[in-house]
Amino acid sequence: MKDEVDSREDRVANLKGMGCSRKRVEDARFTQGKGNYVDDVKLDGMLFGDFVRSPYAHARIKSIDTEAALKVKGVLAVLTAKDLEPLGLHWMPTLAGDKQMVLADGKVLFQGQEVAFVVAEDRYAAADGIEAVEVEYEELEVIVDPFKAMESDVVLREDLVAEDGSLPDGAHGPRKHHNHIFTWEAGDKEPTEEVIANAEVVAEESMYYHRTHPCPLETCGCVASMDKVNGKLTLWGTFQAPHAIRTVVSLISGIEEHNIRVISPDIGGGFGNKVGAYPGYVCSVVASIVTGKPVKWIEDRMDNLMTTAFARDYWMKGRISATKEGKITGLHCHVTADHGGFDACADPTKFPAGFMNICTGSYDIPTAFLEVDGVYTNKAPGGVSYRCSFRVTEAVYFIERMIEVLAIELNMDAAELRRINFIKKEQFPYTAALGWEYDSGDYHTAWDKALKTVDYEGLRAEQAQRVEDFKAGKTRSLMGIGLSFFTEIVGAGPVKNCDILGLGMFDSCEIRIHPTGSAIARLGTISQGQGHATTFAQILASEIGLPADSITIEEGDTDTAPYGLGTYGSRSTPVAGAATAMAGRKIRAKAQMIAAYLLEVHDDDVEFDVDRFVVKGAPERFKTMKEIAFAAYNQAIPGIEPGLEAVSYYDPPNMTYPFGAYICVMDIDVDTGVTDIRRFYALDDCGTRINPMIIEGQVHGGLTEALAVALGQEIAYDDMGNVKTGTLMDFFLPTAWEVPNYETDYTVTPSPHHPIGAKGVGESPHVGGVPCFSNAVQDAFRAFGNRHTNMPHDHWRIWKTANELGLHD
Amino acid sequence: MIPAAFEYYRPKDMAGVLSILEEHGDDARVMAGGHSLIPMMKLRMADVPHLIDLQDVGGMSDIAVTADSIRIGAMVTQHDIIDHDGLASAAPILREAALQIADPQVRYMGTVGGNVANGDPGNDMPGLMQCLDAAFTVVGAEGERDIPARDFYEAAYMTAREDEEVLTAVMIPAPQGGYAYEKQKRKIGDYATAAAAVQIVKDGGSCVSASIAMTNLSDTPIYSEDAGAALVGTSVDDAAIKAAIAAMLGDIDPTEDNRGPVAFKKHVAGVILRRAIERAWSRA
Ligand SMILES: Cc1cc2nc3c(=O)[nH]c(=O)nc-3n(C[C@H](O)[C@H](O)[C@H](O)COP(=O)(O)OP(=O)(O)OC[C@H]3O[C@@H](n4cnc5c(N)ncnc54)[C@H](O)[C@@H]3O)c2cc1C
Repeated sequence: MKDEVDSREDRVANLKGMGCSRKRVEDARFTQGKGNYVDDVKLDGMLFGDFVRSPYAHARIKSIDTEAALKVKGVLAVLTAKDLEPLGLHWMPTLAGDKQMVLADGKVLFQGQEVAFVVAEDRYAAADGIEAVEVEYEELEVIVDPFKAMESDVVLREDLVAEDGSLPDGAHGPRKHHNHIFTWEAGDKEPTEEVIANAEVVAEESMYYHRTHPCPLETCGCVASMDKVNGKLTLWGTFQAPHAIRTVVSLISGIEEHNIRVISPDIGGGFGNKVGAYPGYVCSVVASIVTGKPVKWIEDRMDNLMTTAFARDYWMKGRISATKEGKITGLHCHVTADHGGFDACADPTKFPAGFMNICTGSYDIPTAFLEVDGVYTNKAPGGVSYRCSFRVTEAVYFIERMIEVLAIELNMDAAELRRINFIKKEQFPYTAALGWEYDSGDYHTAWDKALKTVDYEGLRAEQAQRVEDFKAGKTRSLMGIGLSFFTEIVGAGPVKNCDILGLGMFDSCEIRIHPTGSAIARLGTISQGQGHATTFAQILASEIGLPADSITIEEGDTDTAPYGLGTYGSRSTPVAGAATAMAGRKIRAKAQMIAAYLLEVHDDDVEFDVDRFVVKGAPERFKTMKEIAFAAYNQAIPGIEPGLEAVSYYDPPNMTYPFGAYICVMDIDVDTGVTDIRRFYALDDCGTRINPMIIEGQVHGGLTEALAVALGQEIAYDDMGNVKTGTLMDFFLPTAWEVPNYETDYTVTPSPHHPIGAKGVGESPHVGGVPCFSNAVQDAFRAFGNRHTNMPHDHWRIWKTANELGLHD
Repeated sequence: MIPAAFEYYRPKDMAGVLSILEEHGDDARVMAGGHSLIPMMKLRMADVPHLIDLQDVGGMSDIAVTADSIRIGAMVTQHDIIDHDGLASAAPILREAALQIADPQVRYMGTVGGNVANGDPGNDMPGLMQCLDAAFTVVGAEGERDIPARDFYEAAYMTAREDEEVLTAVMIPAPQGGYAYEKQKRKIGDYATAAAAVQIVKDGGSCVSASIAMTNLSDTPIYSEDAGAALVGTSVDDAAIKAAIAAMLGDIDPTEDNRGPVAFKKHVAGVILRRAIERAWSRA
């Protein structure tokens, strides 16, 4: 075989390995409408199922009459809780250790709750069937405020109160009240109180991180097909964790795991919304078993916004203490977490408030305490990590607001306050007061670079002038400078403390090299737009010396892919990416032996060089990986099995801690509340950069979702528990029109414990972006006495801030 | 988001449309671009057992501009309005307003007739047509009649058009003077938080006539005669504008929704009207 390229540089370029802005291989099909999503799955005789949903947020169900529905043309069956009960499937376990009704069992706890499942020949007949189901409700008192829930006599979850009225422990310990779910603590309570009591300066603030929704473009759905002949169930679905779904389906249905095949085809965005298990999945499976036909269920947009996995809804109360010079001494945080009617939060089991205990942020805070109370209300269940690792967006928003409030209290510049409190480069690995061990960081360098690039001093001078002009009546526009410095915690995670329902959060990669020097690699993750097929091939290309273009990446089919915990929480690169590199190294180790044999030297006398093994000191003597692959299959090599394959299951020793520095410059029309983002600068440090173009794309997307959340995106309820933002007219999904130009930048601080030093980036821009946009709005009003106002900063709320500060008089 | 079953008709002429309307009364509805009607059917807020598509009925897609009037066929799309140069010079406020409606995709489908006939207080064209003192031509079994835009709107989704009548054209007297269509919205594709249509004629340094209409601030568009009158005879100085705003605020009756509470909407209505007046005056 001939050597196709000569210079080392050419050989490196030919691989399109790590560091290359390789074009996304997925895009050819997506841009041509050739993707294959769940709704594209069409099987012979397939039926369609859809839900009768509760119009009430809290009601008892007196009766369900399905007779008229069953007469509707095309309707085959209507399932209610009564039909599921004999199978033990009228309730299902949630990821958070609670249980959730699959179909309303005697009562409903939120508007849109699943009451009955209509199975019909097509979705039109199903919709007509739904209209014909008659449900008699008796309305109950609705509680949408978690603080009221903790005082109310109204019992939302009768199933969690013992006959004698006592409260059995929940999944996370004792419960204080019948509407209380758990209390979770981290850090040292007494020392923190003491530090704060004796501090020179203390800033206090309460903030509400409103309920919102990940709103992926593709809604949730599945197709269940039970083959009664061979006893196999195939389940296509919008699953961010297909293997976990397979295990859970097996555990709750009793079907043996080898008889279940779960397939996640192309997924149109997940952002956490597609991690959990939903009643639609269970009902489709049951309906397929009952009818003997494949059954499809696909949410419409309103179903998705109103019922499947919301995000946030954290009421956070903070106290932060410091010296007069601004050195932070202590942090106290209490959260009242509104989880809705069931606790279906998608967190590692030991972390009912996710990684909220990363809330000391990027700062060297010696003493801290966090307490989270989870509460039931009459809202939809969920509590997923919307484009963030578990609750990290809430944590970072909290600390980045507390820093701003402290800066006001100290009458200090907020950039300087951050600088003097950053964890220093030489302190890494750094153990934070709330327990995490940060792997690596260089915050000062990143911060200084960011401030310099935007000419921070110049911006502050311009802002001061604007305030003068405003006071002099020369302008009605104010200028806000939003700062945020974030540290993420991603890559869940080490099996010793990270599991979901007992499933350890390792991940995996399996590689097969074909004889002619191309390869297929399968992973336990599943891309939802992140570009895994592109980037994982790049990791492998660099590790095994075969061109990325010759490597197929496959995910999402549990019959072929190795077991893994899926994609969310920016875990794919930190965990599956590491597994990929490790599996690649196993390939390389075997290749080295083969090369040595072919070159007739000792194993130790050859070394890897881009795409080949060369004899040390004699670079003209080499075998390319292509040649080695062929030999591996087709040449009898003493002592070595034929073939070239490897599997790696990677249990990460630690999380990774990406970080970044963001700055937003915003003009605000004081009279209308309209904002105009003039500049947005984002510096990300995600460690080793696999594909700079994909990183940039991820940053743009994450920032856009951050803008959405900060400036208007919310799931709002009225007092009766009606969802007020159930369509895209009212639920803010930004388009190119609302999005500013983003400037991206980077520093590189590799993770010391990750095989290739990569940390993950998909969620950083969202985590760091939300406080940055919010801080810009708040900063614009700082000169007029503003301390804190809650998001979302839509027009009327900004107007209200201005109005309350007397700026309209 | 699946509508209830319906019968679909696609008649070739107006007689065909009218006969179906006659036969089914308010069980039948015409559809133009469908971009207000279809969403309501899917939400099952509109029940339309007999849907009559107007796409194949000819004669309603023309724009005719003469020296003293403009005639726009009901099936002219919002995109056609933006695209028509003659219209842009004769009545530039139409293009300015149309560009603030929805997004390009919706504007390719949504029609002028559908927009004014719909009766949704959020629609932009009704207020615009009131400002321009347009009249709507409707045809029914009894023949044709013209209804002034300022008399057309009775309440949300209630208009002076009878169920069996079809709106065929909008007639606009050639607008004079300076113009402005000012709209505040939360995002692209949103209905107005507040919008103002203003047309002002200037002679020497003073205002000789002014026409003002507001959108999405009541259950109908609001033509504020008093607001316009407050400007007439003035040099459109701060005092006059304040008087116009005060008059307008007396006419509107906004309700709270996701766009904000009443106090906010009133404040923004004033700001938007001020900006519209100032811009129109600068162009007069
Ligand atoms: C995402 C989105 C955003 C939008 N934003 C805006 C906006 O910002 N501003 C705005 O003004 N509009 C907006 N619209 C509405 C859009 O402009 C509609 O197209 C318009 O309101 C109706 O026009 P149509 O041709 O689609 O009418 P249709 O939907 O076909 O009909 C609307 C109603 O008018 C009746 N009708 C239609 N034509 C006639 C006729 N010739 N005679 C009698 N009755 C008739 C129908 O029976 C129906 O009741 C938006 C729509 C969408 C989907």
